[in-house]
Amino acid sequence: MSSAFVQMLQAVLLLLLAPLATGFVATCKARLQNRRGADVMQPWRNLRKLFGKEVVMAAHASWIFRTAPYVVFTATVMAASVVPALLVDTPLSLTADVIALVALLALARFFLALAGMDIGTAFGGMGASREMTFAALAEPAMLMSIFVLSLGAHSTNLTTMINHTLNSPFALHPSLAFAMVAMLMIAVAENGRIPIDNPGTHLELTMIHEAMILEYSGRHLALMEWAAMVKLMLFATLIADLFMPWGMTTDASLVGVAVAFALWIAKLAGLLLALAVIETSLAKLRLFEVPEYLSGAFVIAFLGLLSYYMLEVGA
Amino acid sequence: MSGILTLDLALAACISSLLASLLPALFTSGNILRTLLCLLLSVTGLLAIAAGITGLMEGGGALTLPLGLPWLPIHLRLDALGAFFLLLIGSLLLPVAIYSQGYLRGVTRLAPLAVFLPLFVFGMLGVVLADDAFSFMLLWEVMSLASYFLVTFEHQHAENRKAGFFYLLMAHMAGLLILGSFAVLYAASGSFEFATMRQAAISPFWAAIAFLLAGLGFGTKAGVVPLHGWLPDAHPVAPSNVSALMSGIMLKVAIFGFIRVVWDLMGPGDFQWWWGTLVLAAGSSSAVTGVLLALQQNDVKRLLAYSSIENIGIILIGLGLGMLLARYGHPTLAALGLIAALYHSINHALFKGLLFMGAGAVLHSFGSRDMESMGGLIHRMPWTAVFFLVACLSISGLPPFNGFVSEWLIFQSALMAPQLGGALLTAMVPFSAAMLALAGALAAACFVKVFGVVFLGHARSNAAAHAHEVDNWMKLGMAIPVVLCLALGLLPVLFIPLMDAVPQTLLDISLTGAVHAHGWLWLTPVDVSHASYSAPAALAGMLALGCVAFIFLHPRGESIRRSVLWSCGNPHTHARMQYSASSFSQPLRRILVGIYQPEEHIHNEKNRHKLLTRKVHFTSLVRDIAVQKLYQPIAEFVLSLAKRLDRQHQTGIHTYLAYTFYTILFLLALLSFKQAVAHYHLPSLMQAASAI
Repeated sequence: MSSAFVQMLQAVLLLLLAPLATGFVATCKARLQNRRGADVMQPWRNLRKLFGKEVVMAAHASWIFRTAPYVVFTATVMAASVVPALLVDTPLSLTADVIALVALLALARFFLALAGMDIGTAFGGMGASREMTFAALAEPAMLMSIFVLSLGAHSTNLTTMINHTLNSPFALHPSLAFAMVAMLMIAVAENGRIPIDNPGTHLELTMIHEAMILEYSGRHLALMEWAAMVKLMLFATLIADLFMPWGMTTDASLVGVAVAFALWIAKLAGLLLALAVIETSLAKLRLFEVPEYLSGAFVIAFLGLLSYYMLEVGA
Repeated sequence: MSGILTLDLALAACISSLLASLLPALFTSGNILRTLLCLLLSVTGLLAIAAGITGLMEGGGALTLPLGLPWLPIHLRLDALGAFFLLLIGSLLLPVAIYSQGYLRGVTRLAPLAVFLPLFVFGMLGVVLADDAFSFMLLWEVMSLASYFLVTFEHQHAENRKAGFFYLLMAHMAGLLILGSFAVLYAASGSFEFATMRQAAISPFWAAIAFLLAGLGFGTKAGVVPLHGWLPDAHPVAPSNVSALMSGIMLKVAIFGFIRVVWDLMGPGDFQWWWGTLVLAAGSSSAVTGVLLALQQNDVKRLLAYSSIENIGIILIGLGLGMLLARYGHPTLAALGLIAALYHSINHALFKGLLFMGAGAVLHSFGSRDMESMGGLIHRMPWTAVFFLVACLSISGLPPFNGFVSEWLIFQSALMAPQLGGALLTAMVPFSAAMLALAGALAAACFVKVFGVVFLGHARSNAAAHAHEVDNWMKLGMAIPVVLCLALGLLPVLFIPLMDAVPQTLLDISLTGAVHAHGWLWLTPVDVSHASYSAPAALAGMLALGCVAFIFLHPRGESIRRSVLWSCGNPHTHARMQYSASSFSQPLRRILVGIYQPEEHIHNEKNRHKLLTRKVHFTSLVRDIAVQKLYQPIAEFVLSLAKRLDRQHQTGIHTYLAYTFYTILFLLALLSFKQAVAHYHLPSLMQAASAI
């Protein structure tokens, strides 16, 4: 198999498996709460239903509102396809490094927030304001925890970073532990999960993400929701890439790709299960405690950086 | 093309701007004056671009004009650094000149603007070309004074006069400090000429003094926190085309001056370890403080002015990284930091100029700078909205626009920095990168607020509901920077080799090889395994995906059904129920209450009974702490000193006579003492005494 084919394959897989991942978390949560819940295919059925529905738009919505779902979806999928999932050295990973990946997600968020402001309801503005504020606090923490790895690998290129981890002998690095904790905290926040935001509710005065997409319907809503699912998948894959890349294949052989695929699914299942457990066992934070959570993540990432310089550079 | 021709182009630009400033003497008719002014300024812009590009590609030249002081003729020289800044000046001046043709229509009292605007441009062009300290300071003052008259153009408002005075005061303090740093360099080299200064050796102590004076002087002019007090007052009150030039170019000329003195006249060999650290710290604090204060402004142009402080901070982060890396012997990475800073300079000139032009367009059709009364302008001013959106995306550092490229380059030079000095110094570099990330993300929040409140939603006032689109001149003026923002964002690989002449002259390092190694599509600052970014590929991928999604999903022949909004089942909303500018920034105001220290008041107007509220007033004011805590005490001290002196003035005439008498006595005594010393020749006197 050529590496371009594997690249296509993993991009399509990311796109198609994303609703299943969200469904998997929902099912796990239901089981943990002693409910039966819907099966993992439910998000797919929701998307199919939404794609078939008619779009209704507010009378004075501008072109920003109409284009935002496409921009959000394409920017998120573009970011996701840059992340290596099966093959380490994919052609597209040259297009954007980790910083560009974060910026692509920021582009999606920018348009999401603008769409929230476009309708002129109190909810839309509220969601936009909160999303942008919290994202501003989350972004430095996320970059900081990525920097810890970049400094070791002397690169921000995902392929090089993964290769560095694969080729260095296994050792417990305190800096990586700090970076991973920070990254997990940020992943929860960025995806609007408990304890930051509750993806399961509408009409809550503390909602963030849902408030911005309240006015969407039909295929526009489907694109927005799908983008959110892809983003969850992206973060899970990114964490697996950065902190436990073992099993990813360096050549595009059939066996290698199959093994990498199996391990990828296993890693994702582990991470998503952990997310379900966290979401079940924690209550949502009060809105103005979120900054403390995020700055906590930043401090942890910074500690990781300091411990990298203090403990690991000289050694 | 020879070097002389390049310099001739630059001189032609200067002459054409001088000619423009003479126009009001010849023409009194408003329309002819305006057209000729804009035409000559456009020509100046074009000539500056041509001189800049040829200067960067083929080297410049030097020229000595037989003007100025008898023992010090004016030296002019165009080197790579100057050529780059000429290009920067020209590439914003041209669109602003075109924009002014529409913007100045209907301005009745055009003469002051027609004199001082070209003089301001002339001063900036001259500073870039100057090759001796004397002409540098002379042209620097032309720039500062002309811009003072532009700030006070609408001097009928007391607020504008006050802002203008504050600006004049700070500009002269800056001028004095810069003069001080030239004085130190003069003492070390014995000449005012830059060529001699460049070669003279300077002791570390005096180098540090010169660095501090230049840093404070140029930092004041560039608006580095906490020397920025004048900037958010002066930029908003000037006419918008002037604000665009002041924010877009004049601040960059201050950056140019800093690079000229510190990187060029002193040079990387003189850098001390704390210089880069100081610049890095100043840059990080300016970036974060600037954007935090920008987020709390409700006046569009004031917000943009604070955002300029943020961007100057980002440029300084790049320069500071470059200085640290050059000090610790990594010239290639230092060149990367320098290139990143220069790239951000030209980017900021373009998108901030565009933002001020957009704000001017809104102001022109709407009549107010207050965001709280705007809203829904995307329907009334569709073109301006598109241009403004591009500028918002660029300044927020989002791909595929230009702001992202320069921020990405700064991140790269920060992350590739190897061990420098101690662990703490080394850890400061990624920390400043994190501050850059924070500033970038907050800038995105800030510009979602600006675009969302001004252009989206419902109109918040009657004036906003009846705003109109601007004319074609203004549209054309705004369209040029839009194209350039996209071009600089998509094809950095073509622009960086052009700028490469600057690190070649300052550091003897060329980045072209590394950048070009993988073709025009991939930007690879050092090596492809370190990092790479391809905006064209990312954009092409997104466009392809977006088109597929659209074609696949969009049903043919059906238009979208429009209906009342849902708003959680409560469609009866009012324009006043939207999130406003101050409510958008409320979460941050609450999170950072210790930094902002907002003054918030709620006033309930009761209707006979304490439970029956008729009206609620809410005011929230965030002051600039630096201005309050640093400038206010100094101003009060000076004022109290002046009052005390004033008391001395209010005595009778006999006191004044006594002052005169004692002064004459003192002067006579001084004179006779000097004569006595000269007559007896003190050393020989002392020799005689010792002989006896």
